[in-house]
Amino acid sequence: MDIMFYIFSTIILVFSVLTVTSRKILRAATYLLFVLIATAGLYFLLNYQFIAAIQLTLYAGGIVVLIIFSILLTSHISQSFEPVGKLKTIASGLASVAGALLTLTVLLEHEFTASTKPPVDVNMESIGLSLLSYERDGFVLPFEVISVLLLAAMIGAIVIAKKSEEKVTNQENNKSL
Amino acid sequence: MIPNIPLSYFFVVGTLMFFIGVFGFLTRRNLITILMSVELILNSVNINFVAVNRYLFPDNMHGHFFTIFIIAIAASEAAVAIAIILNIYRKFKTINVENVSEMKY
Repeated sequence: MDIMFYIFSTIILVFSVLTVTSRKILRAATYLLFVLIATAGLYFLLNYQFIAAIQLTLYAGGIVVLIIFSILLTSHISQSFEPVGKLKTIASGLASVAGALLTLTVLLEHEFTASTKPPVDVNMESIGLSLLSYERDGFVLPFEVISVLLLAAMIGAIVIAKKSEEKVTNQENNKSL
Repeated sequence: MIPNIPLSYFFVVGTLMFFIGVFGFLTRRNLITILMSVELILNSVNINFVAVNRYLFPDNMHGHFFTIFIIAIAASEAAVAIAIILNIYRKFKTINVENVSEMKY
């Protein structure tokens, strides 16, 4: 059990670094997939099976596939990025390390005592009931807002990504000319 | 919760992952890799939410639901962002942020 936590954390950290430093964009997407799967592993370790399943299907299955599709539509696979400027790397690295050190000192200074209350059983029934309950600890308002947001995002994505009609007719005119 | 693993270990993993994502966000020049850095950042926040929920408040599921909502928002954000990126690629023939300096057309 312990060793699995260390394995998953190592995978997450190593592949996160590879994701942001890899020169080939498709490899970066594959490393991101490993990070997301290892995160699902952490959720399984914490006994949240439902959220781990969501992580696997939606993140690792959905978003990564979407990203890979857009990579294939917009760039050549063999193309690799030019290296980032030294000054920019050092400045961004310093900013990130400083932020990480600050956050970690504040977090690790505080003593977190684990609660001894009996854990609630997280099964499909309790998740569904509290998602749609409007009493205390119910989440019906965010649930409905999220559903409207998803609809809006879907329509927005379709409207943005479809070719504008003006352009299409121009192309047709050019062809007929 | 996992025996022998204190909550602070999860914080260390989450914080490092968050700032690796910030580093990628600052150094990358390609729109899709910037989007991937944003996914890393969102994912690290999810780890913290779930770990705090399991260790400090095991008697309710608030962190659990926040994680579900964050995942839903991340999915819709990725879909809209990729639609915008495809549109930019159609207009400028590149998705390098330094070459995309015009917002009006």
